[in-house]
Amino acid sequence: MTTTLSTDTVDVDGEGFLTNPEQWNEQIAETIAAENGIAELTDRHWLVVRFMRERFLGTGTAPSIRSLGKESGVPIKELYQLFPEGPAKLAAKIGGIPKPKGCI
Amino acid sequence: MSRKQIVILGGGTGGTMTANRLRRRFGPDEAEIHVVDRDDRHVYQPGLLFVPFGLTSLDEIVRPRRRQLHDGVIFHEAEVAWVELDREEVVLLDGDVIPYDVLVVASGVRLQPEETEGLDGPGWNDRVFTFYTPEGADALRGALERFDGGRLVVNLVDMPIKCPVAPLEFVFLADWTLRERGIRARTELVYATPLDGAFTKPVASQHLAGLLAEKEIELVTEFNAGEVDGVGGKLGSYDGRELDFDLLVTVPLHGGSAYLERTPGMADSLGFVPTDKKTLQTTVKSNVFALGDATDLPTSKAGSVTHFEAEILSENIGRYFAGRELERGFDGHANCFIETGFHKALLIDFNYETEPLPGHFPSAFGLPLLRESRLNHLGKLAFQWVYWHALLPGRELPGIGPAMPARGKKTLPVPS
Repeated sequence: MTTTLSTDTVDVDGEGFLTNPEQWNEQIAETIAAENGIAELTDRHWLVVRFMRERFLGTGTAPSIRSLGKESGVPIKELYQLFPEGPAKLAAKIGGIPKPKGCI
Repeated sequence: MSRKQIVILGGGTGGTMTANRLRRRFGPDEAEIHVVDRDDRHVYQPGLLFVPFGLTSLDEIVRPRRRQLHDGVIFHEAEVAWVELDREEVVLLDGDVIPYDVLVVASGVRLQPEETEGLDGPGWNDRVFTFYTPEGADALRGALERFDGGRLVVNLVDMPIKCPVAPLEFVFLADWTLRERGIRARTELVYATPLDGAFTKPVASQHLAGLLAEKEIELVTEFNAGEVDGVGGKLGSYDGRELDFDLLVTVPLHGGSAYLERTPGMADSLGFVPTDKKTLQTTVKSNVFALGDATDLPTSKAGSVTHFEAEILSENIGRYFAGRELERGFDGHANCFIETGFHKALLIDFNYETEPLPGHFPSAFGLPLLRESRLNHLGKLAFQWVYWHALLPGRELPGIGPAMPARGKKTLPVPS
């Protein structure tokens, strides 16, 4: 399915995660953030979002909350303050990458 | 070939199977095989689940490591300090050095309760327990005997964990034994998980959520435990939720062995070794291989996975010495019995690509998949004998190869 975010039409899954990361841009990120209760993306938000996105584009998988806390330099407690509804999921959504899969 | 030296770090499931397979593959003038472990206690880990319920005991599931190794395998009881990857040497904490031509990392995982605030503080082994260690499982047995109703919370802190189905099995067995004792009516059972369902894979997750509901076990999802008050009996999540407990059974965070973190470039931020998912050669160095729970592979950390890996790994070490291309043979195959109480169990079978599906294993006639049956429970019990007498010695199991069998499985539309 597709949806229109700011002025762009993008491909998304049933939960609103972009399925094609190349369609992403910063305006789209801000629109998704606002739709998910984050009125303004601060520098700390951007740090996490960019980290998630770069990691996904580089390795094909997005980090779990635990690796995110260890590797991004943002402690898990703060990650939850920034993204109260779940840092890994929400940062992935805002960063325009697919929903992180829980590994098994 | 000239005589090679193979050093295997870890004498558990993966290390022992690999050593024994390699011992059979190479003659004594072809390879010298060393296994290093910090102690001489080989634990049959699937048995840990049964210890808290008095269904088995530590002396039935712990045996000496060196006795599981074939003659001609050299066992070192020592702690590894670090690995000198460029000099191709393992440095031991006592100062000894073991050179290698090929290194196999089979050191499993290390439990890290200290990484969760308060978890191993006051209340640890009093109201807060884990059955993931022999001592913890035994202490929990005493606590369950004394338990007389109240709130029992089972929580896994975060993935990855060994045997991801074990905490579910624990809560199923708790439900069963508390019913037998007549105190289930005054017990609330809660299963709190960081996942968004009972399990990771959709079809199995649905089946297992159904079982939890049937057994009146409350399922709390997306619960990322951040803080434990073991005296007040409170488990807090990072997003501000709180679960009260009288007894908390936890699966602490898992990471790799400390020597991996002391070796620059050898492990990821959680301490797992970056490994090629098909060949089991690490990306650290071409002469370093890994298997079992120590790897970063996107499959279950489970003995069945390690068993399937061991077959590919010993083949690939042979190929490496011969200068041949490695076999890209590992498909992520896992196979797990899930105890559900009342003398029944489920069986699941899956790999990197195929999630657990209903049907039968290993073919259309066999053990039922994703369905409770007595046969599966008997299979799980019989497996301990198979483990000590066939798997560890490195014998082939008839009809069960490393690749996941597709025959016997029903494909289903994946629920969203």
